[in-house]
Amino acid sequence: MAAPRHSAMLSISNASTPQSTSSDKTQVQQPQSPAGTSGLRVPSNRKTIYDRHLNRSRNAELSRASFAYLFGEMVSYAQRRVTGIQDLEKRLNEQGYPLGLRLLDLLFYRATSTSSSALSSSSTSSSPPNRPLRILTLLHLIHGPLWRLLFQRSADALEHSVSPDTPNEYMITDNEPLVNTYISVPREMSMLNCAAFVAGIIEGVCDGCGFEAKVSAHNQPTEMWPSRTVFLVRFGDSVMEREKVLERAGVK
Amino acid sequence: MNSRRVILTVRSNLVSRNDRTRIDKVNAELVTLTYGTIVAQLCQDYDSDYQEVNKQLDKMGYNIGMRLIEDFLAKSGVGRCANFRETADMVAKVGFKIFLNVAPTVTNWTSDNNQFSLIFEDNPLADFVELPDDGRAQDELWFSNILCGVLRGALEMVQMQIEAHFVSDVLRGDDTTEMRVSLVRYIEDEMPPEEE
Repeated sequence: MAAPRHSAMLSISNASTPQSTSSDKTQVQQPQSPAGTSGLRVPSNRKTIYDRHLNRSRNAELSRASFAYLFGEMVSYAQRRVTGIQDLEKRLNEQGYPLGLRLLDLLFYRATSTSSSALSSSSTSSSPPNRPLRILTLLHLIHGPLWRLLFQRSADALEHSVSPDTPNEYMITDNEPLVNTYISVPREMSMLNCAAFVAGIIEGVCDGCGFEAKVSAHNQPTEMWPSRTVFLVRFGDSVMEREKVLERAGVK
Repeated sequence: MNSRRVILTVRSNLVSRNDRTRIDKVNAELVTLTYGTIVAQLCQDYDSDYQEVNKQLDKMGYNIGMRLIEDFLAKSGVGRCANFRETADMVAKVGFKIFLNVAPTVTNWTSDNNQFSLIFEDNPLADFVELPDDGRAQDELWFSNILCGVLRGALEMVQMQIEAHFVSDVLRGDDTTEMRVSLVRYIEDEMPPEEE
């Protein structure tokens, strides 16, 4: 369902193998050994993603400035190639989308590997991950674990539309989105919300779970939180129909 | 130009007291993944013309470097380097440490002390990355090329014109990731260039 959208994404691997210490200081200059099953060359010292533990960078931190520079450059690059605010947001959304698809797998992988023994070197030993079947479970996954993975805290609110016309709309609120912290939006573009990137990530997670959805980011400033952003999640009709069936069947 | 340096120095003294102990952090994976989407987007926009992608990454890095230098001076509180060897150490041990939390090895100096290599044991930008298996990317794309631009932009703001390029990358199947940096000249007083 989502395949065409992320076809151009560079492969980000989900493989995991026993942890390799990357501290061997010997820089051996050896001729390349064309090994491996794919057509890709790999270093002879096996410094590939497949030889590093997937949780290696789990608690790693980097300077917030580095993120701000990269994100800022990403936005201004995108800005040069679009004609309007909507276009720009669409582009940022599309850049986030493939991340969501991949983060989903990472989330499940980590959810299972923490519940089993932390020392187990392979992910196969643990029970298969539970993918959310119901909307609320999915949204809790986004509001909690996904937000913590990305921003090291949960999102600030999760709401359901009260309007009977739009039962498929849910809102996730972030009072102070990290991605917007270092972006100053010109006045004539005040509608722009660069958290469209994060909206894209959410959309990727939803789609990856089999919940077709459109997600957009909206400015909803309050006096206390000037950069407060609401992510509007609109599920497709098929999702809503399935939700009803599952509810009747008592599936949690 | 000299007067600008003085201002930076003053500022660094003011800021560093607070900042040196507390560098704001984010999850490293967020940075890695964001950079990944940038490269992926460029590959898409330029139809996998990897030479052009390298060039764009370098440009982006240059823009970043020009702004990052001030942050660097503020956070590190360091003064002027006496020579290019000192600059190299500063870049590797302080600059990369602050912004990427790695400290590449400085090595392979030429006898005139104008060229050195940075060897990266670890490169957070390239975590989770495998280059496209299209028979070209491993020969043409320098995935972390943004770093060359950052260095070029940052050093230019402190009056050093340099040239930087990668000569090997583990993503290409090389055993090391190595960037070659050459001093072109020290820039005398002149107006700073336009942003690219």
